[in-house]
Amino acid sequence: MALRNNSAFRIIKDKVARNLMLALTLFSLALALIIGVGLYMKSTPILEQHSLWSLLSGDVWRPFKGQFGFLPFIMGTLWVTGISILIALPLCLLTSIYLSEYAHPYVKKVVFPMIDILAGIPPVVYGVWGILVVVPFISDKIAPHFVEYSSGYSVLAGGIILAIMIIPLIISILIEIFASIPKELRDASLSLGATNWQTIKFVLLRKSLPGIVAAIVLAISRAFGETIAVLMVCGNIPASPHSIFDSGYPLPALIANNYGEMLSIPLYDSALMLAAFILFAIIFLFNLISRIVLTRIEKKFAL
Amino acid sequence: MRLLNPRDMLVRAKKSPKVRTLFGGAAVLEPENSHLHVQKDMPMEKPHISVRNLNVYLQQNHVLKNVNIDIPSNAITCIIGPSGCGKTTLLKTFNRLLDQSLEVKIDGEVLLDGENIHDPKVDIMHIRKKMGLLSQRPVPLPMSIFDNIAYGPRIHGIRRKKKLERLVQKYLKSAGLWEEVKDRLNTPANRLSIGQQQRLCLARGLAVEPEIILGDEATSALDPISSKKIEELFLKLKEEYSIVLVTHTLRQAKRIADYIIFMYMGEVVEAGTADQLFNNPQQELTREYLSGYFS
Repeated sequence: MALRNNSAFRIIKDKVARNLMLALTLFSLALALIIGVGLYMKSTPILEQHSLWSLLSGDVWRPFKGQFGFLPFIMGTLWVTGISILIALPLCLLTSIYLSEYAHPYVKKVVFPMIDILAGIPPVVYGVWGILVVVPFISDKIAPHFVEYSSGYSVLAGGIILAIMIIPLIISILIEIFASIPKELRDASLSLGATNWQTIKFVLLRKSLPGIVAAIVLAISRAFGETIAVLMVCGNIPASPHSIFDSGYPLPALIANNYGEMLSIPLYDSALMLAAFILFAIIFLFNLISRIVLTRIEKKFAL
Repeated sequence: MRLLNPRDMLVRAKKSPKVRTLFGGAAVLEPENSHLHVQKDMPMEKPHISVRNLNVYLQQNHVLKNVNIDIPSNAITCIIGPSGCGKTTLLKTFNRLLDQSLEVKIDGEVLLDGENIHDPKVDIMHIRKKMGLLSQRPVPLPMSIFDNIAYGPRIHGIRRKKKLERLVQKYLKSAGLWEEVKDRLNTPANRLSIGQQQRLCLARGLAVEPEIILGDEATSALDPISSKKIEELFLKLKEEYSIVLVTHTLRQAKRIADYIIFMYMGEVVEAGTADQLFNNPQQELTREYLSGYFS
C-alpha cells in the first residue's frame, strides 16, 4: 500500500513539473508577442495620419513640422550592422579555424579566457574607447585618404566598435561548432591525402555551414539592437549615409536619445514607438528568413 | 664514452642508411631480452610494411611496446586482440594519422617498401595517399555520392570531368556499389544505408589508388549481410592490394585472414599465417585468447 502511494505521488510530481514548465515556456513566448502588440498599438496614432510606406521611405526627419521619415534611421542601422559583419566575419572565421584546428592546447588555454573577458566588457566602455581612439583615428588617418573631411563620428566607427563587440560572441559559437564535428570526418579526408587546409575548406566548413549561418544570424540580431556604444560614435545625424565616413543614426540610438525628452511635440512619442516596432519587425523578419535559409541548406546538403 | 646497450646499437645501426639494406629483407631481428615470439617460418621475402622496434607513447602511456612485425603484400593480415591492446594505434601509425593526436611520441620505424614513413623528411600526404582507410563507422563526407568518390582524385589534381566520371564508375564498381547508386550519384551520400555508406567509403579510399587498405573494425557497425559483402570485397581486393584489418571478432579473422597478428597489452604476442596461428599457437596467451578464455 505504501509502495503504491509513493509511486502515485511521484507521478503527480512529474505531471506538476511538466505543466509548470509548459506554463513558463508559454509565458516567455507570450512576452515577445505582448511587446510586439504593445509597440504596434502605441504607434497607431502616427499610422493613422501617415501611410506606413511614406513613413518608411520618407527621407526627412523634422518632428516640429510633422515630418517623420524613417529611412535615414533604417539605413543607418543597416550600414552599421553591415560594416560590423563584414569586419567581424572573416576575422572570426579564420581565428576560430586557427584555434580549433591548428593551435596548440596551451594557446587555447590562454586565448579562450581572453575572449570571454572581451565578451564581458560593458558596451559603454567600448563606446568611450571608440570616442578616444577609433573616432580620431578615422578622422586623422583613414578618412583623409578617401574624402575631404570627416569628423570621424561615422558609420565606420560604429561598425568597428560593433564588430569588436560581436567578435567574441561569434568566435565562441564557431569554436563550439567546429568542436562538434567528429574527428573521424577529418581523419577520412586526411587519410585520402588531403592537407589540413583542404580538409578545412572542403569538409569542415561545408559540414558546419548551418552552424556558421546560425552564428552570423545571432551576431546580426545582436548588432541590430546594440545601442549605447554605437550611439556614442556614430554622429547621430538623421540623414542616410552615403559613404562609410558619413554619420549615421541607427534606430536604437534614435529611441534612446529622444525618448522622454521632446514628448510635447505631437506624434513624437508615437513615432518613437514606431521606430521600436520597426526594429522589432526587422529582427523578427531577419530571424524568420534566416531560419528558412538554414533549413534549405540542411536539406540541400543533407547535413 | 657512454656505453650503449645492444638495443640502442641496433637502433643506431638501422638509422645509418648503409646498414639499412641489411634489415630490409626477411630477417626479423629481436632484441635479446625479448620474450616475443614471431614464427620464424613466416614467409616474408618482401614485406609491404615492416615495423621495427616501434614504441608509441600517448599522453605518457606506453601504448605500443617494442613492436616488430612484417605485413605481406597481396594478402589479408588481421590484427586481433582484446580491446585496448593497441590494435588501432598500430594501424594508425601506418598512415601517420596518429600525428593528429595530442602528446604522442613515436620511436622506431615503420618501413613502407623499405622507406621509413616516420622520417621527418617524408611527405605525409604522399604516405596517406598510399593507404585507404576504412573506419569503424562509415564517415561519408558531407557531399554527394559522386563528389565523395571524386574528392580524392580532385585534391590530387584531377580536374577533367570525363576522367572523374570514369574513376567514380570504376571504383563504385570495385566496391560493388555501382548498380545500387548509378541513378542517383548526385544525392547526398548520407542518404545511403549504413552498409552502402561503408562500401562508398571503401570506393572513396580506392579512388586515390592506394597500395594498402587499412580497416579499423570496418564491419563492426554493420548488419550481417553488409558485413559479408565487405568481407567478400576484401577477399577480391587482396589480388591487387595489401589489406590490414583490425578486428575483434575472431570468426571474421578465421574467415578471411591469411596472416594473423595477435596483440596483448601493447605487445605483439604472436604473429604468423592464419593456419599456424589458429591450429598451432606457440604461446599460452594466444591459446587462451583463441579458446575464448578472455576477450
